[in-house]
Amino acid sequence: MTFVNAVLQGIFLGAFYAVLACGLSIMFGVMRIINLAHGDIAVLGAYVVFFIVEHTGVSAFVAFAVALPVMILLGYVLQLTVLERSLKAGILTPLLATFGLSIVIQNLLQLTFSPDVHSLGSSAGLITTSSWQVTSGLSVSALGMVILVVAVVVFGALQLFLSRTRAGWMMRATAEDADAAELVGIDSRAVYARATAIAVAIAALGGLFLGIRSVFGPLSGPTQLIFAFEAVVIGGMGSLWGTLLGGLALGVAQTLGAQIHPQFAVMAGHLLFLAVLIVRFGGGRVVLRTGR
Amino acid sequence: MTLLRVEGLDCRYGLLQAVRAVSFEIAQGEIVALIGANGAGKTTLLRAIAGAHKPLAGRVVFDGVDITRLPAHRRVSLGVALVPEGRRLFPGLTVEENLRVAASRRRGRWTVESVLEVFPLLRPRRQMPAAGLSGGEQQAVAIGRALMCNPRLLLLDEVSLGLAPVVVDAVYRSLAGVISEGATVLLVEQDLTRALKVASRVLCMLEGRIVLEGDSKSLDRDRIVSAYFGLRRAV
Repeated sequence: MTFVNAVLQGIFLGAFYAVLACGLSIMFGVMRIINLAHGDIAVLGAYVVFFIVEHTGVSAFVAFAVALPVMILLGYVLQLTVLERSLKAGILTPLLATFGLSIVIQNLLQLTFSPDVHSLGSSAGLITTSSWQVTSGLSVSALGMVILVVAVVVFGALQLFLSRTRAGWMMRATAEDADAAELVGIDSRAVYARATAIAVAIAALGGLFLGIRSVFGPLSGPTQLIFAFEAVVIGGMGSLWGTLLGGLALGVAQTLGAQIHPQFAVMAGHLLFLAVLIVRFGGGRVVLRTGR
Repeated sequence: MTLLRVEGLDCRYGLLQAVRAVSFEIAQGEIVALIGANGAGKTTLLRAIAGAHKPLAGRVVFDGVDITRLPAHRRVSLGVALVPEGRRLFPGLTVEENLRVAASRRRGRWTVESVLEVFPLLRPRRQMPAAGLSGGEQQAVAIGRALMCNPRLLLLDEVSLGLAPVVVDAVYRSLAGVISEGATVLLVEQDLTRALKVASRVLCMLEGRIVLEGDSKSLDRDRIVSAYFGLRRAV
Protein backbone atom coordinates (compact mmCIF):
# COMPACT_ATOMS: atom_id res chain seq x y z
CA MET A 1 0.00 0.00 0.00
CA THR A 2 2.84 2.39 0.77
CA PHE A 3 4.13 1.73 -2.75
CA VAL A 4 0.76 2.61 -4.34
CA ASN A 5 0.53 5.68 -2.14
CA ALA A 6 4.05 6.74 -3.13
CA VAL A 7 3.17 6.42 -6.82
CA LEU A 8 -0.04 8.41 -6.30
CA GLN A 9 1.76 11.19 -4.41
CA GLY A 10 4.42 11.10 -7.13
CA ILE A 11 1.77 11.71 -9.78
CA PHE A 12 0.50 14.74 -7.85
CA LEU A 13 4.04 16.06 -7.44
CA GLY A 14 4.76 15.28 -11.11
CA ALA A 15 1.71 17.24 -12.25
CA PHE A 16 3.23 20.26 -10.52
CA TYR A 17 6.55 19.66 -12.29
CA ALA A 18 4.71 19.30 -15.60
CA VAL A 19 3.06 22.71 -15.15
CA LEU A 20 6.46 24.21 -14.34
CA ALA A 21 7.99 22.52 -17.38
CA CYS A 22 5.23 23.38 -19.84
CA GLY A 23 6.41 26.89 -20.67
CA LEU A 24 10.02 25.76 -20.92
CA SER A 25 8.92 23.11 -23.41
CA ILE A 26 6.92 25.61 -25.48
CA MET A 27 9.79 28.07 -25.75
CA PHE A 28 12.21 25.32 -26.67
CA GLY A 29 9.78 23.76 -29.16
CA VAL A 30 8.83 26.97 -30.95
CA MET A 31 11.98 29.10 -30.77
CA ARG A 32 14.74 26.67 -29.71
CA ILE A 33 15.35 28.96 -26.74
CA ILE A 34 16.40 27.29 -23.49
CA ASN A 35 15.06 29.82 -21.04
CA LEU A 36 17.35 29.73 -18.03
CA ALA A 37 15.18 32.37 -16.35
CA HIS A 38 12.10 30.14 -16.51
CA GLY A 39 12.24 29.15 -12.83
CA ASP A 40 12.75 32.76 -11.79
CA ILE A 41 9.80 33.84 -13.93
CA ALA A 42 7.67 31.25 -12.11
CA VAL A 43 8.88 32.63 -8.76
CA LEU A 44 8.23 36.17 -10.00
CA GLY A 45 4.65 35.04 -10.76
CA ALA A 46 4.36 33.75 -7.19
CA TYR A 47 5.58 37.11 -5.89
CA VAL A 48 3.08 39.04 -8.02
CA VAL A 49 0.29 36.87 -6.58
CA PHE A 50 1.74 37.33 -3.06
CA PHE A 51 1.88 41.12 -3.56
CA ILE A 52 -1.78 41.25 -4.59
CA VAL A 53 -2.82 39.00 -1.68
CA GLU A 54 -0.89 41.14 0.81
CA HIS A 55 -2.43 44.39 -0.41
CA THR A 56 -6.02 43.31 -0.96
CA GLY A 57 -6.51 40.23 1.16
CA VAL A 58 -8.20 38.27 -1.63
CA SER A 59 -7.63 34.54 -2.08
CA ALA A 60 -4.52 33.42 -3.95
CA PHE A 61 -6.65 32.14 -6.85
CA VAL A 62 -8.40 35.49 -7.31
CA ALA A 63 -5.02 37.22 -7.10
CA PHE A 64 -3.69 34.88 -9.79
CA ALA A 65 -6.53 35.87 -12.13
CA VAL A 66 -5.43 39.49 -11.67
CA ALA A 67 -1.74 38.61 -12.08
CA LEU A 68 -2.31 36.61 -15.27
CA PRO A 69 -2.74 39.58 -17.68
CA VAL A 70 0.33 41.21 -16.12
CA MET A 71 2.39 38.08 -16.74
CA ILE A 72 1.08 37.69 -20.32
CA LEU A 73 2.07 41.28 -21.05
CA LEU A 74 5.46 40.63 -19.46
CA GLY A 75 5.91 37.67 -21.82
CA TYR A 76 5.20 39.81 -24.89
CA VAL A 77 7.57 42.54 -23.74
CA LEU A 78 10.28 40.02 -22.83
CA GLN A 79 10.16 38.49 -26.30
CA LEU A 80 9.98 41.74 -28.25
CA THR A 81 12.75 43.46 -26.30
CA VAL A 82 15.27 40.90 -25.00
CA LEU A 83 14.74 37.52 -26.63
CA GLU A 84 14.03 38.60 -30.20
CA ARG A 85 17.20 40.65 -30.32
CA SER A 86 19.28 37.90 -28.76
CA LEU A 87 17.86 35.28 -31.18
CA LYS A 88 19.27 37.27 -34.10
CA ALA A 89 22.77 36.81 -32.70
CA GLY A 90 22.80 33.01 -32.91
CA ILE A 91 21.68 30.15 -30.70
CA LEU A 92 24.08 30.73 -27.81
CA THR A 93 23.10 34.33 -27.13
CA PRO A 94 19.54 33.63 -25.85
CA LEU A 95 21.08 31.18 -23.37
CA LEU A 96 23.37 33.89 -22.03
CA ALA A 97 20.63 36.52 -22.13
CA THR A 98 18.21 34.38 -20.11
CA PHE A 99 21.01 33.49 -17.68
CA GLY A 100 21.52 37.21 -17.11
CA LEU A 101 17.78 37.75 -16.86
CA SER A 102 17.64 35.07 -14.18
CA ILE A 103 20.17 36.96 -12.05
CA VAL A 104 18.39 40.26 -12.63
CA ILE A 105 15.04 38.82 -11.51
CA GLN A 106 16.58 37.22 -8.40
CA ASN A 107 18.23 40.47 -7.34
CA LEU A 108 15.16 42.59 -8.07
CA LEU A 109 13.05 40.23 -5.94
CA GLN A 110 15.60 40.35 -3.14
CA LEU A 111 15.65 44.16 -3.24
CA THR A 112 11.90 44.53 -3.35
CA PHE A 113 10.72 41.73 -1.06
CA SER A 114 13.76 41.01 1.16
CA PRO A 115 15.39 37.55 1.28
CA ASP A 116 12.61 36.18 3.56
CA VAL A 117 10.61 33.22 2.34
CA HIS A 118 6.86 33.46 1.85
CA SER A 119 3.98 31.09 1.27
CA LEU A 120 0.62 31.41 -0.42
CA GLY A 121 -0.75 28.41 1.49
CA SER A 122 -2.61 30.47 4.06
CA SER A 123 -4.43 32.48 1.40
CA ALA A 124 -5.51 29.50 -0.71
CA GLY A 125 -8.33 28.45 1.62
CA LEU A 126 -9.35 24.95 2.65
CA ILE A 127 -7.76 23.40 -0.40
CA THR A 128 -4.33 23.23 1.24
CA THR A 129 -5.49 21.17 4.19
CA SER A 130 -8.34 19.01 2.85
CA SER A 131 -7.74 15.42 1.90
CA TRP A 132 -9.64 12.17 1.47
CA GLN A 133 -8.50 9.11 3.32
CA VAL A 134 -9.21 6.35 0.79
CA THR A 135 -7.81 3.50 2.87
CA SER A 136 -5.51 3.52 5.85
CA GLY A 137 -2.36 3.82 3.76
CA LEU A 138 -3.75 5.86 0.87
CA SER A 139 -4.76 9.50 1.04
CA VAL A 140 -5.66 11.92 -1.72
CA SER A 141 -4.99 15.58 -1.00
CA ALA A 142 -7.34 18.16 -2.47
CA LEU A 143 -4.43 20.32 -3.57
CA GLY A 144 -2.79 17.39 -5.36
CA MET A 145 -6.03 16.64 -7.22
CA VAL A 146 -6.47 20.32 -8.17
CA ILE A 147 -2.92 20.55 -9.54
CA LEU A 148 -3.32 17.28 -11.48
CA VAL A 149 -6.63 18.37 -13.01
CA VAL A 150 -5.29 21.83 -13.87
CA ALA A 151 -2.18 20.28 -15.45
CA VAL A 152 -4.26 17.97 -17.64
CA VAL A 153 -6.56 20.86 -18.60
CA VAL A 154 -3.60 23.14 -19.45
CA PHE A 155 -1.90 20.50 -21.60
CA GLY A 156 -5.20 19.51 -23.22
CA ALA A 157 -6.07 23.11 -24.01
CA LEU A 158 -2.64 23.68 -25.53
CA GLN A 159 -3.02 20.52 -27.60
CA LEU A 160 -6.41 21.71 -28.90
CA PHE A 161 -4.98 25.16 -29.60
CA LEU A 162 -2.08 23.70 -31.61
CA SER A 163 -4.11 21.16 -33.57
CA ARG A 164 -7.44 22.91 -34.13
CA THR A 165 -6.92 26.67 -34.40
CA ARG A 166 -5.27 28.64 -37.16
CA ALA A 167 -3.09 30.47 -34.63
CA GLY A 168 -1.95 27.02 -33.46
CA TRP A 169 -1.09 25.90 -37.00
CA MET A 170 0.82 29.15 -37.43
CA MET A 171 2.77 28.36 -34.28
CA ARG A 172 3.60 24.82 -35.43
CA ALA A 173 4.52 26.05 -38.92
CA THR A 174 6.83 28.72 -37.48
CA ALA A 175 8.38 26.18 -35.11
CA GLU A 176 9.15 23.85 -38.02
CA ASP A 177 10.46 26.44 -40.48
CA ALA A 178 10.32 30.12 -39.53
CA ASP A 179 11.74 31.24 -42.87
CA ALA A 180 9.14 29.32 -44.89
CA ALA A 181 6.42 30.53 -42.52
CA GLU A 182 7.30 34.14 -43.33
CA LEU A 183 7.01 33.24 -47.04
CA VAL A 184 3.41 32.11 -46.61
CA GLY A 185 2.48 35.30 -44.81
CA ILE A 186 3.01 34.38 -41.16
CA ASP A 187 4.44 37.14 -38.97
CA SER A 188 7.03 35.06 -37.10
CA ARG A 189 7.77 37.89 -34.64
CA ALA A 190 4.15 37.95 -33.54
CA VAL A 191 4.04 34.15 -33.27
CA TYR A 192 7.19 34.12 -31.14
CA ALA A 193 5.83 36.84 -28.87
CA ARG A 194 2.58 34.88 -28.46
CA ALA A 195 4.51 31.69 -27.61
CA THR A 196 6.56 33.49 -24.96
CA ALA A 197 3.45 35.11 -23.50
CA ILE A 198 1.80 31.68 -23.15
CA ALA A 199 4.99 30.23 -21.65
CA VAL A 200 5.31 33.02 -19.08
CA ALA A 201 1.62 32.76 -18.15
CA ILE A 202 1.92 29.01 -17.50
CA ALA A 203 5.18 29.58 -15.58
CA ALA A 204 3.24 31.96 -13.33
CA LEU A 205 0.68 29.20 -12.79
CA GLY A 206 3.55 26.96 -11.74
CA GLY A 207 4.67 29.74 -9.39
CA LEU A 208 1.18 29.88 -7.86
CA PHE A 209 1.25 26.14 -7.17
CA LEU A 210 4.78 26.40 -5.78
CA GLY A 211 3.62 29.10 -3.38
CA ILE A 212 0.58 27.12 -2.25
CA ARG A 213 2.40 23.77 -1.85
CA SER A 214 5.41 25.16 0.00
CA VAL A 215 7.48 28.27 0.47
CA PHE A 216 9.40 30.42 -1.98
CA GLY A 217 12.10 33.06 -1.74
CA PRO A 218 13.92 35.27 -4.24
CA LEU A 219 16.41 32.47 -4.96
CA SER A 220 13.91 29.60 -5.42
CA GLY A 221 13.98 29.90 -9.20
CA PRO A 222 17.01 27.78 -10.18
CA THR A 223 15.75 24.72 -8.26
CA GLN A 224 12.41 24.95 -10.04
CA LEU A 225 14.26 25.36 -13.34
CA ILE A 226 16.19 22.13 -12.77
CA PHE A 227 13.03 20.12 -12.11
CA ALA A 228 11.30 21.71 -15.11
CA PHE A 229 14.32 21.06 -17.30
CA GLU A 230 14.51 17.42 -16.21
CA ALA A 231 10.81 16.96 -16.96
CA VAL A 232 11.27 18.40 -20.46
CA VAL A 233 14.27 16.18 -21.22
CA ILE A 234 12.73 13.01 -19.77
CA GLY A 235 9.63 13.61 -21.91
CA GLY A 236 11.54 14.22 -25.14
CA MET A 237 12.49 17.82 -25.82
CA GLY A 238 9.80 20.02 -27.33
CA SER A 239 7.01 17.45 -27.22
CA LEU A 240 3.96 18.62 -25.29
CA TRP A 241 2.46 15.34 -24.06
CA GLY A 242 6.01 14.12 -23.51
CA THR A 243 6.55 16.99 -21.10
CA LEU A 244 3.44 16.04 -19.11
CA LEU A 245 4.59 12.42 -18.95
CA GLY A 246 8.14 13.53 -18.16
CA GLY A 247 6.89 15.62 -15.26
CA LEU A 248 4.85 12.71 -13.92
CA ALA A 249 7.79 10.32 -14.29
CA LEU A 250 10.06 12.73 -12.42
CA GLY A 251 7.52 13.13 -9.61
CA VAL A 252 7.03 9.36 -9.24
CA ALA A 253 10.81 8.78 -9.29
CA GLN A 254 11.23 11.29 -6.47
CA THR A 255 8.51 9.87 -4.22
CA LEU A 256 9.70 6.31 -4.84
CA GLY A 257 13.23 7.43 -4.06
CA ALA A 258 11.96 8.89 -0.81
CA GLN A 259 10.67 5.43 0.11
CA ILE A 260 14.24 4.18 0.06
CA HIS A 261 15.50 7.13 2.06
CA PRO A 262 13.97 10.61 2.46
CA GLN A 263 17.20 12.24 1.33
CA PHE A 264 17.31 10.09 -1.78
CA ALA A 265 14.15 11.69 -3.27
CA VAL A 266 15.72 14.41 -5.42
CA MET A 267 18.64 12.16 -6.30
CA ALA A 268 16.27 9.52 -7.71
CA GLY A 269 14.85 12.17 -10.04
CA HIS A 270 18.34 13.14 -11.19
CA LEU A 271 19.22 9.48 -11.81
CA LEU A 272 16.10 9.00 -13.96
CA PHE A 273 17.08 12.13 -15.90
CA LEU A 274 20.61 10.83 -16.45
CA ALA A 275 19.34 7.39 -17.48
CA VAL A 276 17.02 8.96 -20.07
CA LEU A 277 19.86 11.14 -21.39
CA ILE A 278 22.15 8.12 -21.78
CA VAL A 279 19.51 5.96 -23.48
CA ARG A 280 18.00 8.60 -25.73
CA PHE A 281 21.06 10.39 -26.99
CA GLY A 282 22.98 7.29 -27.98
CA GLY A 283 25.35 7.45 -25.04
CA GLY A 284 24.08 4.03 -24.05
CA ARG A 285 25.51 2.45 -27.15
CA VAL A 286 28.85 4.13 -26.62
CA VAL A 287 29.00 2.96 -23.02
CA LEU A 288 28.07 -0.58 -24.01
CA ARG A 289 30.60 -0.71 -26.83
CA THR A 290 33.51 0.53 -24.75
CA GLY A 291 32.47 -1.91 -22.05
CA ARG A 292 32.95 -4.89 -24.35
CA MET B 1 1.10 47.77 -66.87
CA THR B 2 4.25 47.05 -64.90
CA LEU B 3 3.60 44.80 -61.90
CA LEU B 4 7.16 44.27 -60.70
CA ARG B 5 10.16 46.52 -61.18
CA VAL B 6 13.58 45.59 -59.84
CA GLU B 7 16.15 48.39 -59.87
CA GLY B 8 19.89 47.94 -59.40
CA LEU B 9 19.56 45.08 -56.91
CA ASP B 10 22.70 43.90 -55.09
CA CYS B 11 22.64 40.86 -52.80
CA ARG B 12 25.46 39.40 -50.78
CA TYR B 13 26.13 36.37 -48.63
CA GLY B 14 29.05 37.53 -46.55
CA LEU B 15 31.86 38.12 -49.03
CA LEU B 16 30.07 36.44 -51.91
CA GLN B 17 28.10 38.79 -54.11
CA ALA B 18 25.27 36.68 -55.50
CA VAL B 19 23.30 39.34 -57.36
CA ARG B 20 24.97 42.34 -59.02
CA ALA B 21 23.07 45.45 -60.12
CA VAL B 22 20.11 43.53 -61.52
CA SER B 23 17.29 45.55 -63.09
CA PHE B 24 14.24 44.31 -64.96
CA GLU B 25 10.48 44.71 -65.20
CA ILE B 26 7.60 42.29 -65.42
CA ALA B 27 4.24 43.35 -66.80
CA GLN B 28 0.91 42.18 -65.44
CA GLY B 29 -0.01 38.77 -66.88
CA GLU B 30 3.47 37.98 -68.16
CA ILE B 31 5.18 34.60 -67.71
CA VAL B 32 8.93 35.14 -67.39
CA ALA B 33 11.55 32.42 -67.07
CA LEU B 34 14.76 33.08 -65.18
CA ILE B 35 17.50 30.76 -66.40
CA GLY B 36 21.19 30.34 -65.76
CA ALA B 37 23.75 27.90 -64.45
CA ASN B 38 23.94 26.80 -60.82
CA GLY B 39 25.21 29.62 -58.63
CA ALA B 40 24.21 32.34 -61.10
CA GLY B 41 22.09 34.06 -58.43
CA LYS B 42 18.60 33.03 -59.53
CA THR B 43 17.41 31.74 -56.17
CA THR B 44 18.87 34.73 -54.32
CA LEU B 45 17.12 37.09 -56.72
CA LEU B 46 13.75 35.38 -56.16
CA ARG B 47 14.28 35.36 -52.39
CA ALA B 48 15.11 39.07 -52.45
CA ILE B 49 11.91 39.79 -54.37
CA ALA B 50 9.91 37.71 -51.88
CA GLY B 51 11.57 39.39 -48.91
CA ALA B 52 13.46 36.38 -47.57
CA HIS B 53 16.84 37.93 -48.36
CA LYS B 54 17.75 41.52 -47.50
CA PRO B 55 19.41 43.20 -50.47
CA LEU B 56 22.46 45.37 -49.97
CA ALA B 57 21.33 47.99 -52.46
CA GLY B 58 18.64 48.61 -55.03
CA ARG B 59 14.85 48.67 -54.97
CA VAL B 60 11.98 46.25 -55.47
CA VAL B 61 8.81 48.01 -56.59
CA PHE B 62 5.58 46.02 -56.67
CA ASP B 63 2.53 47.57 -58.28
CA GLY B 64 4.02 51.05 -57.81
CA VAL B 65 4.84 50.50 -54.13
CA ASP B 66 8.43 50.28 -52.91
CA ILE B 67 8.52 47.02 -50.94
CA THR B 68 12.30 46.79 -50.49
CA ARG B 69 12.08 47.25 -46.72
CA LEU B 70 8.93 45.18 -46.10
CA PRO B 71 9.31 41.83 -44.30
CA ALA B 72 8.32 38.74 -46.28
CA HIS B 73 4.96 38.20 -44.57
CA ARG B 74 3.84 41.74 -45.44
CA ARG B 75 4.73 41.15 -49.10
CA VAL B 76 2.57 38.02 -49.06
CA SER B 77 -0.39 40.10 -47.95
CA LEU B 78 0.27 42.40 -50.93
CA GLY B 79 0.19 39.38 -53.23
CA VAL B 80 3.81 38.26 -53.72
CA ALA B 81 4.17 34.49 -53.18
CA LEU B 82 7.27 32.34 -53.51
CA VAL B 83 7.38 28.58 -53.96
CA PRO B 84 10.81 28.12 -52.42
CA GLU B 85 13.56 25.85 -53.65
CA GLY B 86 13.31 22.45 -51.98
CA ARG B 87 9.58 23.01 -51.32
CA ARG B 88 10.04 23.79 -47.61
CA LEU B 89 6.70 22.34 -46.49
CA PHE B 90 5.82 22.16 -42.81
CA PRO B 91 6.47 18.42 -42.40
CA GLY B 92 4.46 17.92 -39.21
CA LEU B 93 1.35 19.65 -40.54
CA THR B 94 -1.18 17.78 -42.66
CA VAL B 95 -1.71 18.72 -46.30
CA GLU B 96 -4.84 20.62 -45.39
CA GLU B 97 -3.14 22.44 -42.50
CA ASN B 98 -0.24 23.36 -44.80
CA LEU B 99 -2.73 24.96 -47.16
CA ARG B 100 -4.99 26.59 -44.59
CA VAL B 101 -2.16 28.10 -42.56
CA ALA B 102 -1.21 30.03 -45.70
CA ALA B 103 -4.68 31.44 -46.37
CA SER B 104 -4.61 35.21 -46.19
CA ARG B 105 -7.09 38.02 -46.02
CA ARG B 106 -6.74 38.41 -49.78
CA ARG B 107 -9.91 36.86 -51.14
CA GLY B 108 -9.96 35.41 -54.61
CA ARG B 109 -10.19 32.31 -56.67
CA TRP B 110 -7.98 30.12 -54.51
CA THR B 111 -9.34 28.18 -51.56
CA VAL B 112 -8.49 24.74 -50.18
CA GLU B 113 -11.23 23.32 -52.43
CA SER B 114 -10.07 25.01 -55.64
CA VAL B 115 -6.45 24.05 -54.97
CA LEU B 116 -7.53 20.43 -54.55
CA GLU B 117 -9.41 20.70 -57.85
CA VAL B 118 -6.24 21.74 -59.67
CA PHE B 119 -4.15 19.13 -57.83
CA PRO B 120 -6.58 16.19 -57.53
CA LEU B 121 -3.71 13.90 -56.48
CA LEU B 122 -3.74 15.67 -53.10
CA ARG B 123 -7.37 14.91 -52.33
CA PRO B 124 -6.78 11.47 -50.78
CA ARG B 125 -3.75 12.84 -48.92
CA ARG B 126 -5.63 15.71 -47.29
CA GLN B 127 -5.29 14.53 -43.68
CA MET B 128 -1.78 13.09 -44.05
CA PRO B 129 1.32 14.82 -42.64
CA ALA B 130 3.26 16.51 -45.43
CA ALA B 131 6.38 14.55 -44.45
CA GLY B 132 4.81 11.34 -45.78
CA LEU B 133 4.13 12.62 -49.30
CA SER B 134 6.02 11.74 -52.48
CA GLY B 135 8.16 14.42 -54.14
CA GLY B 136 5.53 15.28 -56.72
CA GLU B 137 2.79 15.50 -54.11
CA GLN B 138 4.99 17.71 -51.94
CA GLN B 139 5.62 20.02 -54.88
CA ALA B 140 1.89 20.23 -55.53
CA VAL B 141 1.32 21.20 -51.89
CA ALA B 142 4.10 23.81 -52.12
CA ILE B 143 2.50 25.39 -55.19
CA GLY B 144 -0.98 25.13 -53.68
CA ARG B 145 0.26 26.72 -50.47
CA ALA B 146 1.64 29.68 -52.42
CA LEU B 147 -1.67 30.01 -54.30
CA MET B 148 -3.65 30.18 -51.03
CA CYS B 149 -2.76 33.85 -50.62
CA ASN B 150 -4.25 34.54 -54.07
CA PRO B 151 -1.00 35.98 -55.36
CA ARG B 152 -0.74 38.60 -58.07
CA LEU B 153 2.87 37.59 -58.63
CA LEU B 154 3.88 33.96 -58.29
CA LEU B 155 7.59 33.20 -57.94
CA LEU B 156 8.48 29.57 -58.66
CA ASP B 157 11.95 28.32 -57.75
CA GLU B 158 12.88 25.11 -59.59
CA VAL B 159 9.60 23.30 -59.18
CA SER B 160 11.01 20.38 -61.16
CA LEU B 161 14.05 19.82 -58.96
CA GLY B 162 14.40 16.21 -57.82
CA LEU B 163 11.22 15.01 -59.51
CA ALA B 164 10.81 12.25 -62.08
CA PRO B 165 10.18 13.58 -65.62
CA VAL B 166 6.62 12.19 -65.64
CA VAL B 167 5.90 14.02 -62.39
CA VAL B 168 7.41 17.23 -63.73
CA ASP B 169 5.04 16.98 -66.71
CA ALA B 170 2.10 16.61 -64.34
CA VAL B 171 3.22 19.58 -62.23
CA TYR B 172 3.56 21.76 -65.34
CA ARG B 173 0.17 20.62 -66.67
CA SER B 174 -1.40 21.82 -63.40
CA LEU B 175 0.63 25.03 -63.60
CA ALA B 176 -0.78 25.68 -67.06
CA GLY B 177 -4.19 25.75 -65.40
CA VAL B 178 -2.93 28.25 -62.82
CA ILE B 179 -1.32 30.40 -65.49
CA SER B 180 -4.44 30.47 -67.63
CA GLU B 181 -6.19 32.13 -64.68
CA GLY B 182 -4.18 35.24 -65.54
CA ALA B 183 -1.43 35.05 -62.92
CA THR B 184 1.88 36.81 -63.38
CA VAL B 185 4.72 34.32 -62.98
CA LEU B 186 8.48 34.53 -62.61
CA LEU B 187 9.95 31.04 -62.66
CA VAL B 188 13.39 29.56 -62.31
CA GLU B 189 13.84 26.47 -64.46
CA GLN B 190 16.92 24.41 -65.27
CA ASP B 191 15.34 22.71 -68.26
CA LEU B 192 15.80 25.20 -71.09
CA THR B 193 13.29 23.61 -73.48
CA ARG B 194 10.62 23.63 -70.82
CA ALA B 195 11.40 27.21 -69.82
CA LEU B 196 11.11 28.41 -73.41
CA LYS B 197 7.83 26.55 -73.86
CA VAL B 198 6.13 27.91 -70.74
CA ALA B 199 7.44 31.48 -70.66
CA SER B 200 6.85 34.34 -73.04
CA ARG B 201 10.08 36.05 -72.03
CA VAL B 202 13.44 34.82 -70.79
CA LEU B 203 16.00 36.41 -68.48
CA CYS B 204 19.38 34.70 -68.41
CA MET B 205 21.68 35.21 -65.44
CA LEU B 206 25.42 34.66 -65.27
CA GLU B 207 27.53 35.33 -62.20
CA GLY B 208 24.91 37.57 -60.62
CA ARG B 209 24.08 39.66 -63.68
CA ILE B 210 21.38 39.47 -66.30
CA VAL B 211 23.35 38.86 -69.49
CA LEU B 212 20.53 38.14 -71.91
CA GLU B 213 16.90 39.17 -72.01
CA GLY B 214 14.40 38.59 -74.75
CA ASP B 215 11.26 37.10 -76.18
CA SER B 216 11.33 33.32 -75.86
CA LYS B 217 10.15 32.92 -79.47
CA SER B 218 12.68 35.23 -81.05
CA LEU B 219 15.80 34.24 -79.08
CA ASP B 220 17.84 31.61 -80.83
CA ARG B 221 19.06 28.69 -78.82
CA ASP B 222 22.76 29.18 -79.49
CA ARG B 223 22.70 32.69 -78.08
CA ILE B 224 20.92 31.47 -74.96
CA VAL B 225 23.36 28.59 -74.49
CA SER B 226 26.39 30.87 -74.81
CA ALA B 227 24.87 33.41 -72.41
CA TYR B 228 23.99 30.56 -70.04
CA PHE B 229 27.55 29.32 -69.82
CA GLY B 230 29.25 32.67 -70.43
CA LEU B 231 30.94 31.48 -73.63
CA ARG B 232 30.77 34.94 -75.20
CA ARG B 233 31.10 37.48 -72.45
CA ALA B 234 30.44 40.38 -74.86
CA VAL B 235 26.74 39.47 -75.35
